[in-house]
Amino acid sequence: MSLDLILRVGTKLVLPFILLFALYVQFHGDYGPGGGFQAGVIVASVIILLSITFGLDAAHRIAPQPLVERMIPLGVLIYAGTGVAGLILGKNYLDYSVLSHDAVHGHELGVFLVEAGVLVTVAGTMTALFYAFAERGR
Amino acid sequence: MLLTLLAVVTMAIVRQRSLFGVAILAGIYSFVMASVLIVLDAVDVAMTEASVGAGVSTVLLLATLHLINSTETRPIRRNLLALFFSVGTGAILVWGTLILPPFGTPDAAIHKHVAPRYIADSVKETGIPNVVTSILADYRGYDTLGETTVIFTAGIGVLLLLHRARRRGRAVDEAEDRG
Amino acid sequence: MQTLGIILDHYSYVITIFLMMSGLYIVAARGNMVKKLVGLSIFQTSVYLLYIEPAKILGGTAPILDPAFSVYSNPLPHVLILTAIVVGVATLALGLALAVRINEAYGTIEEDEIFERDRET
Repeated sequence: MSLDLILRVGTKLVLPFILLFALYVQFHGDYGPGGGFQAGVIVASVIILLSITFGLDAAHRIAPQPLVERMIPLGVLIYAGTGVAGLILGKNYLDYSVLSHDAVHGHELGVFLVEAGVLVTVAGTMTALFYAFAERGR
Repeated sequence: MLLTLLAVVTMAIVRQRSLFGVAILAGIYSFVMASVLIVLDAVDVAMTEASVGAGVSTVLLLATLHLINSTETRPIRRNLLALFFSVGTGAILVWGTLILPPFGTPDAAIHKHVAPRYIADSVKETGIPNVVTSILADYRGYDTLGETTVIFTAGIGVLLLLHRARRRGRAVDEAEDRG
Repeated sequence: MQTLGIILDHYSYVITIFLMMSGLYIVAARGNMVKKLVGLSIFQTSVYLLYIEPAKILGGTAPILDPAFSVYSNPLPHVLILTAIVVGVATLALGLALAVRINEAYGTIEEDEIFERDRET
């Protein structure tokens, strides 16, 4: 493990930019290609890269397993909760037009929340999958 | 054309016996597929395919091969029945495509129904210029909720199958009680 | 000459079906479970192509609205396939997890060896 110095320094250099790119893909998804699904996978790939170069324990320190496993249902809850919010505010399930003062703004907010839910679930699931396979191998 | 390259990579996957080679070829296949999707104007899909197909799938395949024996032990035998079946089905499907409209025509049936409305009203109704995002999260929100639930379920399933259970002792006890 | 034109018009469909059938052949003819799963995912990606190809309009552009363009590809298949890809990897992982568990229980993932082992017990 001590021999691959270039790999370790390179990974350290690249990781923040991958994370930044994931956030760009997430929040720029309204205007360019991207969205919750892609950003979730990119976030998970940050953790996977980290655990490939620095070992599983380092990855566990940054993304502890209980947190990752809780992210899976949390994302679905955010998504479904956005739908319920529309229901409470007097429209149909998953109708976003009541979430804000005018309909278009409400739709933007609704899409934002829903994409956030997708991001959380996808990132959580992909990381948890990798952890599950990697732990089995130890 | 890129599609031909795709077919060549597939042939290599069929013939390759080392599963390690198969995993790497599957990654190459996904990248070629992503390029094809960009050519077909499906940028969102191409991005997903490149990150999911070439990234996560390959990592998962390699992780699995780390856990199990990584070459096919059985010799490759010609399976004529399977070959005949595949070629026959393929021939029928090719015959079926002859009535499809030619590639890339704007007046095909698929472009007539709901898509023009989505394209015309997306910005007015949701303020989102990327139509794929607005359909994904807004017009077809139920669909995406379902997909998210499927991912959730699959994730839970894998965790159930592979987790080094802290409570494994108890599960075994219960199984013995029932047995 | 006319036949050649028809074949060129449908070339992408022919390749898609070829990929589909290679996937089917791998699933049917190979006993190794990981290989079968790769075959399944090849079949799956060919279905992605089958959806995306009719959505393309020659001379059109990606469905991100901009005043500079007026012809866009059909965005609906893109949405369906985008979610299908992510679901596909989740189910692939589930299959691989099953293969790992079978390997632990039987010591092999070759189909006929597992059948032999079952017959013995």
